[in-house]
Amino acid sequence: MLCLEDISWIAPDGRTVLNGLNLEIPDGKLTVITGPNGSGKTTLARIIAGIENPTSGRILLDGKDITGMDVTERARYGVSFAFQQPVRFKGITVRSLLETAAGGKQEDRKLCSILGDVGLCSKDYLDREVNATLSGGEIKRVEIATVLARNSRLAVFDEPEAGIDLWSFKSLIGVFKRMHESLNGTLVIISHQERILRIADEIVLLADGAIKAQGESKKMMTQVLSSGSVKAACCREEALFNE
Amino acid sequence: MNEITQNLLKLVSDWKGSFSGAYNIRENGCGIDRKSSKNIKIESKQDKPGLDIRIAPGTKGETVYIPACVTHGGVDDLVYNDFYVGAGADVLIIAGCGVHTENGEPARHNGIHRFFLEEGSRVKYQEKHIGTGGIGIKSIDPVTDIHLGKDSVLEMDTVQIGGVDKTLRETTAVAEEGARLIIRERLLTDGEQTADTIFKVELNGKNSGADIVSRSVARGASRQTYTSDIVGNAPCTGHSECDAIIADTAFVDAAPKLSARDPDAELIHEAAIGKIAGEQILKLRTLGLTEEEAEAKIIEGFLS
Ligand SMILES: Nc1ncnc2c1ncn2[C@@H]1O[C@H](COP(=O)(O)OP(=O)(O)OP(=O)(O)O)[C@@H](O)[C@H]1O
Ligand SMILES: [Mg+2]
Repeated sequence: MLCLEDISWIAPDGRTVLNGLNLEIPDGKLTVITGPNGSGKTTLARIIAGIENPTSGRILLDGKDITGMDVTERARYGVSFAFQQPVRFKGITVRSLLETAAGGKQEDRKLCSILGDVGLCSKDYLDREVNATLSGGEIKRVEIATVLARNSRLAVFDEPEAGIDLWSFKSLIGVFKRMHESLNGTLVIISHQERILRIADEIVLLADGAIKAQGESKKMMTQVLSSGSVKAACCREEALFNE
Repeated sequence: MNEITQNLLKLVSDWKGSFSGAYNIRENGCGIDRKSSKNIKIESKQDKPGLDIRIAPGTKGETVYIPACVTHGGVDDLVYNDFYVGAGADVLIIAGCGVHTENGEPARHNGIHRFFLEEGSRVKYQEKHIGTGGIGIKSIDPVTDIHLGKDSVLEMDTVQIGGVDKTLRETTAVAEEGARLIIRERLLTDGEQTADTIFKVELNGKNSGADIVSRSVARGASRQTYTSDIVGNAPCTGHSECDAIIADTAFVDAAPKLSARDPDAELIHEAAIGKIAGEQILKLRTLGLTEEEAEAKIIEGFLS
């Protein structure tokens, strides 16, 4: 279980972005965090990963206080984070990045299956550099793959669907469903997509840097859809998912 | 051949106790071993130190090794090597240079390489520079002068990633119709080292092209300068890119120049100098690397 206790974060410019936020994220469940643009979702994810330090409050993972751990220590302790805006690297190949994520050399078969999960053909991508020549959707899928490769205790995906086409989105939903089934940890997805909210067990609604509502997916759905921060599934999407 | 030479050869060329193909090994200013092949003739120059390397027209898939080693201080080696590449040939030329000092005296290698490519020939030219040993200023000052005949292609891969205290690297090229020049440079300087790179390319023939990409890392208190000048005298395409990572108190100066002398010359330059992006380090740290490991990985990739 991941516990966030009374977390506040004040931006360098003095704005209060997270304001005394309390949240418990249970194990073995898929929790989706949603909320309007600027409500503090990414900031919260960065605080969980250790990239930002909360101005006040504590973060507990399985009862252990990890607030003082830096990014590397948290990663080694089992925290993974897929960036909303992936980072590009000149000269580092997809293979090398995935191997770093997995913690050492991997068989091609293993890497191929991870890339397959995010809808990339491994043959074409393993030796590609993670540089500006990858399209927005491609780099986003590589980013997700780095977290899949880690297979960690806690994984946080920040808007994994952004910039991804419908076909890959469908396979991505499949990946999250499978992760969910074999889950022995905590899976958190930040999303604005109804399609992703529908596979959630728990939904958390964030507004103005605090938890506005949290609960079982079915009960939360109506409130969340009417809050205006979620993009409803379109008819083309429906058709594709129902085929 | 002494042990230091053997070690340097391993570092700068793919020496495994011997070379397969034509070769000439230079040690402290003297040729110590040489072999020509049926298609590649290597001969000493009559008027000055150096070699004439003649590659027969149509030679395909062969390799020539021209490594040079300086194994102790007090040596200032100057050599002129000319490569004549026959029409339609397609070869790999490996010309590494290693300089070793330990007694505190300076050592230098100054290799002046000229390339004459005939019509339709292709050359892949690899040059790796390294300095080893202890105290004593190690300098490597390569001069490369390239003449690209009609529809010929020269691809130059030049790497210097450690141990050389001072380097002045001058490359000039002239391209005729349809010829292409591709240059990939990788440089790493540290401590008090300096590296100065100068490229001057004249695109004289219709549809000729040049693509120069220099990536460098400057650490410690090292200094680098990058100067490039691409002159388009005909309908042509020219691209140069200088991409540098700086750390500590290192300096990098980049002065790219483009000169378009024809309405259909298309010339582009990109230059970026800065320290490693914070988000890059953070991303690798979220994968479990420490800050130092992340930096090393980013630099290794950048210079690969
Ligand atoms: N370093 C910073 N300096 C100043 N303001 C910041 C900083 N980081 C975040 N903010 C502000 O904090 C608020 C929350 O940002 P955050 O990125 O967490 O939103 P989000 O919920 O992820 O939004 P989106 O749905 O657009 O991704 C925004 O108003 C943003 O401008
Ligand atoms: Mg966000």
